[in-house]
Amino acid sequence: MSSSPTKKTFVVTRFDPDQDEHPRTDTYEIPVREDWKVLDALNYIKDEVDPTLSHRWSCRMAVCGSCGMQVNGEPKLTCKTALAEYGDTVVVAPLANFPVVRDLVVEMEAFMEKFKAVKPWMIHAKERAAEEGTYLQSPAELQAFKQFSMCINCMLCYAACPVVANEPSFLGPAAVALGHRYNQDSRDDGDAERNEVFREDGGVFACSYANECSEVCPKNVDPAAAVQQAKLLNVLDWAKSFVVPRGGKS
Amino acid sequence: MVEVHQHDVVIVGGGAAGLRAAIAAVEADPNASIALVSKVYPMRSHTVSAEGGAAAVARPDDTLEMHGYDTVKGSDFLGDQDVIQYFVEQAPKELTLLEHWGCPWSRNDDGSVATRAFGGMTTKRTWFAADKVGFHMLHTLFQHSMRFDGIVRFDEFFVTKLLVEDGAVRGVAALEIRTGEMKAILGRAVILATGGAGKCFPFTTNGNIKTGDGMSLAYRAGVPLKDMEFVQYHPTGLPGTGILITEATRGEGGYLRNADGERFLVERDYGLGTKAELGPRDMISRAIYQEVQAGRGIKGPYGDFVHLDLTHLGEEKINSRLPFVRELGKTYAGVDPVHEPIPIRPVVHYMMGGVDTDIEGATLLPGLYAAGEVAAVSMNGANRLGSNSLTECLVFGAKAGEKAVEFARHASAGSEGRLRAQAEEEAGRIDGLRGKKKGGERIAQVRREMTEAMEEGCGVYREQSSMHQACRDLAQLKGRAADLVLSDESKVFNTEVLTALELHNMLDVAESVALAAAARKESRGAHACSDFPTRNDQEYLHHSLVWFEPGGPRVDRKDVTLGTWEPEERKY
Repeated sequence: MSSSPTKKTFVVTRFDPDQDEHPRTDTYEIPVREDWKVLDALNYIKDEVDPTLSHRWSCRMAVCGSCGMQVNGEPKLTCKTALAEYGDTVVVAPLANFPVVRDLVVEMEAFMEKFKAVKPWMIHAKERAAEEGTYLQSPAELQAFKQFSMCINCMLCYAACPVVANEPSFLGPAAVALGHRYNQDSRDDGDAERNEVFREDGGVFACSYANECSEVCPKNVDPAAAVQQAKLLNVLDWAKSFVVPRGGKS
Repeated sequence: MVEVHQHDVVIVGGGAAGLRAAIAAVEADPNASIALVSKVYPMRSHTVSAEGGAAAVARPDDTLEMHGYDTVKGSDFLGDQDVIQYFVEQAPKELTLLEHWGCPWSRNDDGSVATRAFGGMTTKRTWFAADKVGFHMLHTLFQHSMRFDGIVRFDEFFVTKLLVEDGAVRGVAALEIRTGEMKAILGRAVILATGGAGKCFPFTTNGNIKTGDGMSLAYRAGVPLKDMEFVQYHPTGLPGTGILITEATRGEGGYLRNADGERFLVERDYGLGTKAELGPRDMISRAIYQEVQAGRGIKGPYGDFVHLDLTHLGEEKINSRLPFVRELGKTYAGVDPVHEPIPIRPVVHYMMGGVDTDIEGATLLPGLYAAGEVAAVSMNGANRLGSNSLTECLVFGAKAGEKAVEFARHASAGSEGRLRAQAEEEAGRIDGLRGKKKGGERIAQVRREMTEAMEEGCGVYREQSSMHQACRDLAQLKGRAADLVLSDESKVFNTEVLTALELHNMLDVAESVALAAAARKESRGAHACSDFPTRNDQEYLHHSLVWFEPGGPRVDRKDVTLGTWEPEERKY
């Protein structure tokens, strides 16, 4: 790690709805350190060059999920993306497939609604009191859903998803993965309720299996696998409903 | 005209403490309307970055008494023992509830919840979900909170002032970040749950949002800040970024080594006895500092460091127990911990101090409660044990939530017109700040100088002269911060005005830290004073308070609650 300053040029999307009819770009040439991430450069611009630049960030360790943006056209978590991966010019834009609030800040209310729609909480057939202690869950049962519980809600998968691009009402990869996470949890009894949501228009069957979501996921959640598993389980559930009352649930 | 929102309880902060408080409040009174106001979407809250675990007695070989004693001793006898007693009693129940709500705790083969060793704890009592415990707890709490219609969220609203009328808090003035509009969010009780203030320092594990907002809000409303001099340095942060490498690395068997490859905590006497790497954070941070001072550190572009060696743990254990540490090592330090040691140095991590509350989270301002890192309920005293703070957020968040609802039931709402007028005054203040081109001082410059003053004056080791210098520097920086230049005139998502407000908050907190530190002429817990290297129970077995007063801050003291355990020499 050397600290010798080199320079890079950043082309950054700017948009202030009070002043601009359309997004525009500003260009900044700044000194960078070779161990910097893309986010470090944005913070340098904000602090030292142009305090009017707006972007979201916090943890800078790839777990709070705030700082997703398009970097040279691809959705990236900017705090995890090394500048060294890029040439002399780096283009930073707000996440694709989301309305823009300001500069690099996108509107995420619709995402939050989808997130809530899948009922991302434990549904127990019978509530258990704290005094009864914890549920038993084997390491294998934990493993069945663990991966799908690792989503940091950074929304990169929505920016990459071709279905979201055409059909903004699509529930989308992260929300399906989250609902599926609870369905796969041995402690939960809510899959029938969630599957109803999954089967609605814009639910899991809207997915065209492009797999882009899993490719851009910075936490290896593999939402595409969640969507495919959810589709299969719903087909089975639907088929069972013809032969057994209550979708095969006892 | 400022829009008014009416609720029963207003909670400021959407991390573990705030969410737990909201759930407890709405469970205590399903008809209550709870406003949850946060400057970020709740899943962005800094709880998300906690890694290693949450403590609660779970094993048959453990007792509440042992957890209590460990915590009291860890606090260097400055923790209030009634508070600690209540904490250890409630801890198992709270972590069990989290389990019922879906937290993916790591498991033993028989399906029971697994526990791991942690610094200063005599047995394995730290519950964990691999090494992403804060992340999983936060997401579990946030997702669980969504099922309650009584919890009304105000995401990305920045609270600028507590609205106080007739000697009681009645709500908050909050800036809607998206529109730049000020709102009056009224409630008959208010809970602060905004977390700590690590960003007062240049080198911290804390995220960008940790700017002491709630501490400043309470302080400005006349509530004292308690035990602010106790700032926890976590022994293992990555040089340069300050990114946290969890204590669970040592709980799982990792070693600290100096430039000679020596396990200095074993080979040299740092008062840790056989605890070695599982000693408490304050003592290990000092040991690392001394190793570096003695020339046994390793040179790096961001200063000298020592090594955290996990290579002997093996790939399988690292992948199953510490996968995030492996990811962080590769991404942010350029090393794979399976094969190479991780460069680390002590880094500001946690504020033991905060808003002075009683055992129920109540402050001396009627209706105002605080819980989590923002508060000093006094369970951590002079040094917090690792994995106690996530549980603290749950135990005291829940208590504050219940008590706030109860208080709100009997309190009057105050005059809407007068509270709205206060919020309108706040709107005017922010309008005056936004795009204020006449100022002479740059935000980033004043902020940098503040963090430098804190590192110089209130570091791992402190001395009277440097602490007094920090006090002078901070007083001067406060003056300069009144003359900031702001260039962003837009009302839409104006983060420049937020950074100005956050800087003001941090300066309040930083000054209280330096003042309380200078007044404590002894060494206790995280406050290691070179001029006064020993603990002095005769004169300093008390909490310190810092009061905001128009003429300048005033330092005061408050009794410690002892009880079961008499102070003794803190040796491991």
